[in-house]
Amino acid sequence: MPFVPHSPEDVSVMLDAIGVNTIEDLFADIPAEMRPKSFALPKGLSEMDVCSRLEALSARNRTDVVSFLGAGFYDHHIPKAVDALSSRGEFYTAYTPYQPEAAQGTLQAIFEFQTAVCRLLDMDCANASVYDGGSALFEAMMMAVRATRRRKLVIDEALSPIYRTMLASYTSNLQLELVTVPHRDGLSDMDALKASVDDTCAAVVVQNPNFFGAITDFTDLFTHARAHKALGVISVYPVMQSVLKTPGEMGADIAVADGQSIGQPLSFGGPYLGIMTCTKPLVRQIPGRIVGRTQDVDGRTGYVLTLQAREQHIRRAKATSNICSNQALCALRSLIHLTLLGPEGLVRTAELSMERARYAAERLTALPGVELLHDAPFGNEFAVRLPVSAFEVVDRLTARGYVPGFPVGRYYPGMDNVLLVACTEKHSFEQVGILAEMLGGIL
Amino acid sequence: MKTVFAKSVPGRSAALPSAPSRKAADMLPAGLLRSKSPRLPEVSELDVVRHFTGLSRLNYSVDGNFYPLGSCTMKYNPKFTEHVAALPGFTRLHPLMAQLKGAGQYTQGALEVMWETERLLCEINGMAAFTLHPMAGAHGELTGVMLIAAYHKDKGNRKTKIICPDSAHGTNPASAALAGYEVVNIESKDGLVDPDALEAVLDDEVAALMMTCPNTLGLFEKHLPRIVEKLRAVDALLYYDGANLNAIMGKMRVGDVGFDVVHLNLHKTFGTPHGGGGPGSGPVGVSARLEPYLPISRVEKERDGHFFLNYDYPKSIGYVAPFYGNFGVLLKAYAYILRLGAEGLTRASEFAVLNANYMRCKLRGVLDIPHDRTCMHEFVASACNTAECGVRALDIAKALLDKGYHAPTIYFPLIVKECLMFEPTETESRETLDAFMDDLASIVEQGRQTPDALHDAPLHTPVRRLDETAAARNMVLTDDL
Repeated sequence: MPFVPHSPEDVSVMLDAIGVNTIEDLFADIPAEMRPKSFALPKGLSEMDVCSRLEALSARNRTDVVSFLGAGFYDHHIPKAVDALSSRGEFYTAYTPYQPEAAQGTLQAIFEFQTAVCRLLDMDCANASVYDGGSALFEAMMMAVRATRRRKLVIDEALSPIYRTMLASYTSNLQLELVTVPHRDGLSDMDALKASVDDTCAAVVVQNPNFFGAITDFTDLFTHARAHKALGVISVYPVMQSVLKTPGEMGADIAVADGQSIGQPLSFGGPYLGIMTCTKPLVRQIPGRIVGRTQDVDGRTGYVLTLQAREQHIRRAKATSNICSNQALCALRSLIHLTLLGPEGLVRTAELSMERARYAAERLTALPGVELLHDAPFGNEFAVRLPVSAFEVVDRLTARGYVPGFPVGRYYPGMDNVLLVACTEKHSFEQVGILAEMLGGIL
Repeated sequence: MKTVFAKSVPGRSAALPSAPSRKAADMLPAGLLRSKSPRLPEVSELDVVRHFTGLSRLNYSVDGNFYPLGSCTMKYNPKFTEHVAALPGFTRLHPLMAQLKGAGQYTQGALEVMWETERLLCEINGMAAFTLHPMAGAHGELTGVMLIAAYHKDKGNRKTKIICPDSAHGTNPASAALAGYEVVNIESKDGLVDPDALEAVLDDEVAALMMTCPNTLGLFEKHLPRIVEKLRAVDALLYYDGANLNAIMGKMRVGDVGFDVVHLNLHKTFGTPHGGGGPGSGPVGVSARLEPYLPISRVEKERDGHFFLNYDYPKSIGYVAPFYGNFGVLLKAYAYILRLGAEGLTRASEFAVLNANYMRCKLRGVLDIPHDRTCMHEFVASACNTAECGVRALDIAKALLDKGYHAPTIYFPLIVKECLMFEPTETESRETLDAFMDDLASIVEQGRQTPDALHDAPLHTPVRRLDETAAARNMVLTDDL
């Protein structure tokens, strides 16, 4: 019997101890009319057969393509030690560190994760992570609503539409006003954003680099927000953050990120993790688990879950959030990843990716009718306007083993000819050259 | 142990990529660059391996310790599921591949896994449809409550309240509040939801009742049929918190008995690892009347067997996840269900219930058992008797750590004083349970004789009792604060 160790003798001894005759007697509380109307599942398979079936299914996904897809989710190299260490059973078969004396490994790792992401984003405090970058943004908005007691949120349309659609669903039953400020050719409309941030605004929400790859300095916008006692919320990309002006330097109050690009495989959409950081005055508004350092009765340094009075198991309906877990194993992977790369390694990853993106932009814009969407600085991703539909281009080149990027029209009506192209250190210059030749061949 | 930051030595490196030919300063204007590089650790690869191996050794885990943490279903996590989730055909797949025109053909294997998993979860639970998108149990709860809100809105019902029993997980009222509802608490009677107490607060403004069955005392909610009847009369829906599903697989399907919405915790019932607190996965199942509101996208199958993502659901609540949920976790649950099949899943519930009842009966006389009748997969004991001599549930929990066991859940549910909640799961053997109970009995006996000995516990863990008050007051949340 897979994963059930009981021998027939065990069963009979245990039933005797309980004082019933059969295991079924233990289910007597469920009357006949409440029993399953059907339970038509397949018969169990051997381990070998399950593995063969899943191996066959995995082979039906084409992953041998050369892909320039990004849109916030990037295929960076993950050092092999990340897998080796995070797959230790002591980490992945433990649970939330409710008993700190028996969970110092998990707790210290989360404390180190909090330290690493605070240093990367240049912020004071972090939580132990939430589900993903989108839920982190939602929680950041709710922090701002609680902290300011205001209900208007100003959102840049150049913020990832993948997240904006989540924010729309999450807030649909809450009495909040979401004001989306249209982008201009893939750039944040700074004047319009400022005009929307007034004394009724809880927060202005932006992204750097934005969905179109453009890099922006939001210092002025956040200064303007502060003058109106509104908060500045920014979503960033951890790899590029190693070189870009930080949320802290821009004066952001809350900075979030999806941690996929630091240590998580793409894995068809998850699991990833949402990184959440804030300034110290906001720490009691941050949701979820937070680890703090303290001492034991003998004076030894140790770590515990702290500030729990914010949380659902104590505050129930009045909690800061309903969240009761974090993406602990993903946070551990991100921490190990950052530790293996170190400051120089993360910067090199960003620079190698940017170099390739520059070569790609140069080669693609050399083709007739292909031009950059705008002239703003970019990191490892940029948007180009094609003379034809980007959907068609993606369709045709993908069939030949090259996914040239993401068709922006999928989310932005009227931008059907715009293609978003991402590079990482895993692309070779030769692959970029082939992409340009293939594109040139069909234009 | 020193932090990895304290071990940093300038100039040391581990997995350094090759040097780029251009620096960021040559590629971007100075005003857009950070002034200092991030102060991440500079350590060798061996430093990193030793550090994290050392940290791992400070943890208790299912792989190393009996872990009877009630309401968390800490069953064994089969290793083959890790292999499955790590197959490169899955890990290398960009989620946006499935959204490209013409590229659907490149993700057929992944879409089939999701489609099949939804069908299996529907059959196990008797629901009309499932979404796999919610990324944890509490996230599933929020999604479920949003579905309830969408249903009532669409029908023109004016609903403002959600009822939660006092035995509910804290996430239930928190999720209801996050979706904009007022939460109404009702008191349990004899450890069960009391239909009369429900009646007293039930009116036309009630959107739903959130139930856990068996409940957090490990008891089957026997008044369920009456409860369903009362709710239907005011068009209120019934929500099933799937935290305790491990008790009833093959014995009852929540859809058959009147539940409209259910969230599952794949990391509990379906054997995926808890990961130290996540990632989990919280799929949500619905009855037919709620199906139109499910989140988008949805996986569908064409006549020719081709799978695709359908976004065309005008009544959908929209997006709750960036993509399709925690796919890597879904893979493990899918593989687990295939391995066990109908018989194996039913057996899992049967032996989970057998183990819990065996412990409940054998612990009589050791601890007080407030609701001492047949339980399901878990039961609640109380340290009320030993508390008289100054030994609280917390002390017993800490003493168990010294014996090499993870403690049970303590002080939850809130309705039992000095509460200890045990959930042994089906994967533990009689020898393990016997040894644990012998040790527990000797701890309780020691507590009666010399209470102070237990106040000092644990003595043999990597650290002893920690000052949580100081942690909250001093707020040292990073190496820099």
